[in-house]
Amino acid sequence: MTATLAPAPVGGPGAGPSPVRRAHARRTAGRLVPMLPAVALLALFMLGPVVWSFYGSFTNAALTGPNALAPEWVGLDNYVALLGDPDFPKALWLTVLFVIASAVIGQNVAGLGLAMLMRSALKPVRAVVSTLVVTAWVLPEIVAAFAAYAFFHADGTLNSLLAGVGIAGPDWLFEHPMLAVILANVWRGTAFSMMVYSAAIAEVPPEITEAATVDGANAAQRLVWVTLPTIRRSISTNLMLTTLQTLSVFTLIYVMTGGGPGTDSSTLPILAYQEAFKFAQVGYGTAIATVMLVIGAVFSVVYIRSLKPEVD
Amino acid sequence: MAQTATPAPSPVPDVVPAPPARRRTTPSVAAPGPRAARVLSNVVLVVVGLCFLLPLGWIVLASLDASATLAVRLPERFTLENFTAVMTPEQTWVPLANAFLLSAGTGVITVLASVLAAYPLSRYRMRFNKPFLYAVLFGTCLPITAMMVPVYSLFVRLNLLDSLAGTTFFMAATSLPMAIWMTKNFMDSVPISLEEAAWTDGASAMTTLRTIVLPLMRPGIAVVFIFVFIQAWGNFFVPFVLLLTPEKQPAAVSIFAFFGQYGSVAYGQLAAYSMLYALPAVGLYVLVSRLSGGSFALAGAVKG
Repeated sequence: MTATLAPAPVGGPGAGPSPVRRAHARRTAGRLVPMLPAVALLALFMLGPVVWSFYGSFTNAALTGPNALAPEWVGLDNYVALLGDPDFPKALWLTVLFVIASAVIGQNVAGLGLAMLMRSALKPVRAVVSTLVVTAWVLPEIVAAFAAYAFFHADGTLNSLLAGVGIAGPDWLFEHPMLAVILANVWRGTAFSMMVYSAAIAEVPPEITEAATVDGANAAQRLVWVTLPTIRRSISTNLMLTTLQTLSVFTLIYVMTGGGPGTDSSTLPILAYQEAFKFAQVGYGTAIATVMLVIGAVFSVVYIRSLKPEVD
Repeated sequence: MAQTATPAPSPVPDVVPAPPARRRTTPSVAAPGPRAARVLSNVVLVVVGLCFLLPLGWIVLASLDASATLAVRLPERFTLENFTAVMTPEQTWVPLANAFLLSAGTGVITVLASVLAAYPLSRYRMRFNKPFLYAVLFGTCLPITAMMVPVYSLFVRLNLLDSLAGTTFFMAATSLPMAIWMTKNFMDSVPISLEEAAWTDGASAMTTLRTIVLPLMRPGIAVVFIFVFIQAWGNFFVPFVLLLTPEKQPAAVSIFAFFGQYGSVAYGQLAAYSMLYALPAVGLYVLVSRLSGGSFALAGAVKG
């Protein structure tokens, strides 16, 4: 590695272009050598599965049996089956509901609200509450899922609290599975939005807010007309990041409801997993995975194009 | 956290000696006065804090409860029996050791690869930089969960299924985009002038990277390593799909198996196991937020 690189740094960065094109190309190639391990890993384990996903979705690959070793090309059959399967549109709808309710609305509004409230809070209150919120986020996903499971279980904390005030709570995980997982995801993920918004609000120049106060704007008007426009970049960044994170939530739902009862809380990641490993239809599961990858890719491209995070 | 925030919200009534009439009318016409608002926001925060505390409190209290249930409550009898019951080699120590191997391996591979990749990106202006960094950013956004079914069949083909090494390399690859991004940002803040001196003395790029750049960005490297370690430590889905033998599975997967087998009877032990498994992640998070000066650093790093 060092041998190929040896001639590279002589000029150092910023040196004028080499008179000989060939030498220039060779120098660039030499400079790229250290990137090989990263590029190889990314190509094998990130690009590889994506390509494999598109290919596999056109086969009838199975978990066991002859189709596991030698899957056949079945063309668009998996996608046709996808459209005819009532579970797929349902899972798509549940995924949209989950993302919008728990990320776009829940985590963002709660995060922004907490960030605003923290500013006028007493120091000990702020320290304790932000520690609690962040702890839910720092915990390993599966432990957070256990905690949420215990909270929403028929014999869990929520119902014992409701019983304390004389209400017989329902079995949340069976009767309102989506509500339970949405609230659990808000509980788990709000910390991220809170931290992003706290950092953003701290950078709003105080003179602007003061000027608005002097002009007679109340707190709500200051929020809508001063704070939100100033931090709009953070808002859109945060919206995209929480959307992408929530799109791929698996563990929380899998532990709390297992996608059930029936498929009443099966979002796309759960459905893909179940089709591939429970019903052994790897090709079909791969088709669902491909749909999810495309959705994720579209969101990523929109995010990168519209926000143009500074590269360099 | 910005402590400067405290005086900011109410500069008018306190700092400016405004005439009493104005002082009384302006805030009260529009909204409750600043003092009432402050009390209200503290009350709301305490309520929200309680909502966040209840699920967390269950884990702590149930782990110390001799007859734990699913509802949070003070134990009638405090005990450490739950901990001693799960602290056996096959139940806890082997899975925790596996988790450590997996996470540390992922961290080391990721840091090595991302330092090597970040160096040319940070030090040379090449036409290649921009598309590569955008591709990396795109990779950061891809939902890894969506990939697990194709990854499974890819691992079957490559004969890597149930291999700790294969899983480690896969997890390193998935954390690379974020790590390259963070490492490049840290490396950009190391001034280039020191290296230029070394280059004129004939040192190679790799020598200057090792002897000049890396020592100067040690805290940054630590942040990236811990960040990747915590993610790998907490990852359930990837080892759940890729590792089949119980002896190879990390704590995240074996705790789920425990939940499936005994979860409906031994809540106290489940909570105790959860505590043992979660503590390293929480501890490392505290460390990394100290290292990077405040708990917002991670969010900042994510923001790019």
